[in-house]
Amino acid sequence: MEWEVVIGLETHVQLQTQSKIFSGASTAFGAEPNTQACVVSLAMPGVLPVLNKQAVQCAIRFGLAIDAEIANRSVFARKNYFYPDLPKGYQISQYELPVVGKGHINIQVGSGEQAYEKNIRITRAHLEEDAGKSVHGAQQGMSGIDLNRAGTPLLEIVTEPDMRSAAEAVAYAKKLHELVQWIGICDGNMQEGSFRCDVNVSVRRKGEEKLGTRREIKNLNSFKFMQQAIEYETRWQIETLEDGGKIQQATVLFNPDTGETRAMRSKEEANDYRYFPDPDLLPLAISADDIDAVKQHMPELPEAMKQRFQSQYALPDYDANMLTSSRAVADYFVAVVAAGADAKLASNWVMGNVAAKLNLEEKSIAASPINPTQLAELIKRIQDGTISNNAAKQVFEAMWNGEGEVDSIIEAKGLKQVSDSGAIEAIVDEVLAANDAMIQEYKSGKDKAFNALVGQVMKASKGKANPAQVNEILKKKLS
Amino acid sequence: MINKSLKQLGEMLQTKQISSVELTQTYLDRIAQLNPEMNAFITVDPDKSLAQAKQADAMIATGKTTALTGIPIAQKDIFVAQGWRTTCASKMLENFIGPYDATVIQQFNQAGAVNLGKTNMDEFAMGSSNETSYFGKVQNPWDRSRVPGGSSGGSAAAVAARLCAAATGTDTGGSIRQPASLCGLSGLKPTYGLASRYGMIAFASSLDQAGPMARSCEDMALMMNVMVGYDERDSTSLNHPKEDYTRELGKPLNGLKIGLPKEYFSEGLDNNVATIVQAAIDEYRKLGAEIVDISLPNTRLSIPVYYVLAPAEASSNLSRYDGVRYGHRAKQYGDLMDMYCKTRAEGFGAEVKRRILIGTYVLSAGYYDAYYLQAQKIRRLIAQDFENAFKQCDVIMGPTAPSTAFKIGEKADDPISMYLQDIYTIAVNLAGLPGMSVPAGFSNNLPVGLQIIGNYFDEARMLNVGHAYQQVTDWHNRMPEGIA
Repeated sequence: MEWEVVIGLETHVQLQTQSKIFSGASTAFGAEPNTQACVVSLAMPGVLPVLNKQAVQCAIRFGLAIDAEIANRSVFARKNYFYPDLPKGYQISQYELPVVGKGHINIQVGSGEQAYEKNIRITRAHLEEDAGKSVHGAQQGMSGIDLNRAGTPLLEIVTEPDMRSAAEAVAYAKKLHELVQWIGICDGNMQEGSFRCDVNVSVRRKGEEKLGTRREIKNLNSFKFMQQAIEYETRWQIETLEDGGKIQQATVLFNPDTGETRAMRSKEEANDYRYFPDPDLLPLAISADDIDAVKQHMPELPEAMKQRFQSQYALPDYDANMLTSSRAVADYFVAVVAAGADAKLASNWVMGNVAAKLNLEEKSIAASPINPTQLAELIKRIQDGTISNNAAKQVFEAMWNGEGEVDSIIEAKGLKQVSDSGAIEAIVDEVLAANDAMIQEYKSGKDKAFNALVGQVMKASKGKANPAQVNEILKKKLS
Repeated sequence: MINKSLKQLGEMLQTKQISSVELTQTYLDRIAQLNPEMNAFITVDPDKSLAQAKQADAMIATGKTTALTGIPIAQKDIFVAQGWRTTCASKMLENFIGPYDATVIQQFNQAGAVNLGKTNMDEFAMGSSNETSYFGKVQNPWDRSRVPGGSSGGSAAAVAARLCAAATGTDTGGSIRQPASLCGLSGLKPTYGLASRYGMIAFASSLDQAGPMARSCEDMALMMNVMVGYDERDSTSLNHPKEDYTRELGKPLNGLKIGLPKEYFSEGLDNNVATIVQAAIDEYRKLGAEIVDISLPNTRLSIPVYYVLAPAEASSNLSRYDGVRYGHRAKQYGDLMDMYCKTRAEGFGAEVKRRILIGTYVLSAGYYDAYYLQAQKIRRLIAQDFENAFKQCDVIMGPTAPSTAFKIGEKADDPISMYLQDIYTIAVNLAGLPGMSVPAGFSNNLPVGLQIIGNYFDEARMLNVGHAYQQVTDWHNRMPEGIA
């Protein structure tokens, strides 16, 4: 019997607000320990929380982006437990009534022939505060507590158990990661912990309705680790069951060094968090007007933009998909077209040479040495026949290396395309005179020979001859 | 001097018959003389108080003053004050120095009042006798062998013994009104959300409310003008327009409808107290008020509801005292859990521990619905009782406490009997209504308080109702013996 893995995700997204969710302290990353811990962050006696409206707007944005119900009344609750990095002895979170209800996210899994789309249901998303950090070994034999992060706003996004492979889980996580950056609510920085995933994994026999016992892999902050952790965990669970063992519900950690998951605590040791509504905060009321106000500042969402690219620029589905895979890429593409470049050419260049270069140099598109206007200038030179596609690649290389602007590079490298039909004819005649064998091949029906002749002409022109004209003249001469 | 009203003191200060420094020194001298035995103050800091008095005198010299400029006010040690030791009467915070000012403290500072010191109280405001204080019990100035009530027992004793011009208190289930009753004072718990809770160390957040404790309703009105106001740092603070709480003082009471809940005059009420309260009601009749019989049928449920909800909130509110960042930490401990356990075992007293345990229990999985949720439902019924009652009357009157001050130690080992001290006051907190106690006479030389309950935001009228009574009686001007 075949096994099936069932996966659900809980993702903690750090919201990009100026100040903490319940105080005015700064949320900037990397400050000296406890320099961003105000009396509220420190849970001094007598202090009280005041909700940051910006955090609420982020939650509404997310709700709109996933087409979810946004609760007109949600409630903050206290989750009670003792830990040194939790200054109040409770975390303010949302429990029974979250701010964002059911929604969904569409993912694309795999590539090429095997690629498919899938709809992942979002159960809920709720606002909560982050804890501080324990710093072990900061002083000899002692642990330090850094409360800079305590009170940083988080949106916890919970899915239904809809994913059936590590690939689907990673595709969802990547899509979510892109979406929260797209709508400007998270900087997406996984190293700094701005985007952390807990993955619930269980296995069952294919066809079985009942879910298996799940184990939760905590705090995955890279897609690579997520893939490895799920694959390992899935294998481990299947092997355990096949060996006649039982899965105990547990929280596990992934060790990137060994590639293994290990149980942190079992359910028996789990806390009773004694959730109850926080009496220091009124229920959060969100009106239709509040939602409208956020809507007005919503950027165009990837799905809508994709459809627009198809209809407005007549781009193929593939192009539209790729260009809207990230906000930065989409913005770049739009800017290239706005600067006068042909949309399809722009798409080819952005997905092709630009993407390849960025990949090679591990740069983000925002850090591209060629800005959208410069790329548009280059494409315009192809459009107006000044340079050939091949020459354009050389110009692109030179521009990337900072050798100057399009026209000066074309000039300096002498790449200007020859569109003078007399000059091209002369070269064609020369080539035909020297390649009798090829002419015979062509005449005997071998089309390949024609391409070879074009190549010869291009070579003889040092790539500068206008290929369309070369084609035309050759055909005329050979007919 | 020590029997002057706030208004009179204000006039003397403004006309420079006395300086704030002189007035402050007078009270500091009285504290030095009487406090060693009475123990009404946990912390006195003459240098700080006199520095503030000097500033007040400077304000007076420039003519930029308020009604309270230069007047020494005692602050319950539940309010965090910058640079002042703030203990909440707990070993847990024995050496805690306030890093900021509570909003209430800030408001008094801005008004130019002088902080005369931090008054004793039940530990974390949990108690009705001031006996749970880590800093020792407080004597009732009317009988030094008796308790002053609680939790604002230190403030009550300080005002009654003329150790300050007036004081602040906080009231979660009766902690202003019951000690006011037992010490012969006027005390007011405002509508929930009127006074900011920012910097007021939390006991039960949905019930805690700060208010004035003074010798007369007129004094309280002046205090209210300073203490009350919207504060954006407290999300439960009400954005209610500023009022002048003196504005109704002097208005006749003709046609005032006073509701008497039958449940407040039944079993458990001391006979003498009942007689005195009835006499006070007769006085109101003479003042032109009309008496209406009403019923608050869920009164008997208020104590069980309170002892589910208040401990539930307290168990969570007190989790921050973990020995990690400030406050007491056990000297010897093994691992982290051991540090928590020893720190909290050593730092909290018995009553606080009892309430943390009750609160943890009622919030636990499997008990939450039966206790916490059920209590919340009944809390709404209790509020509804009042809503219905106020359709028939303008104010509700009854006893504040079921008896006069009891002996120190008398109820200390009997929590249930102690909890019953608040039988007439707790429902007011559960409903979020304003409640007040005014002196109404004496039983065996011990003060008896009359409770006046108003509708939401009706403090100005309540103060006038109390004031009118204080114009025709002199209970509030009586002075305990042996404190002159």
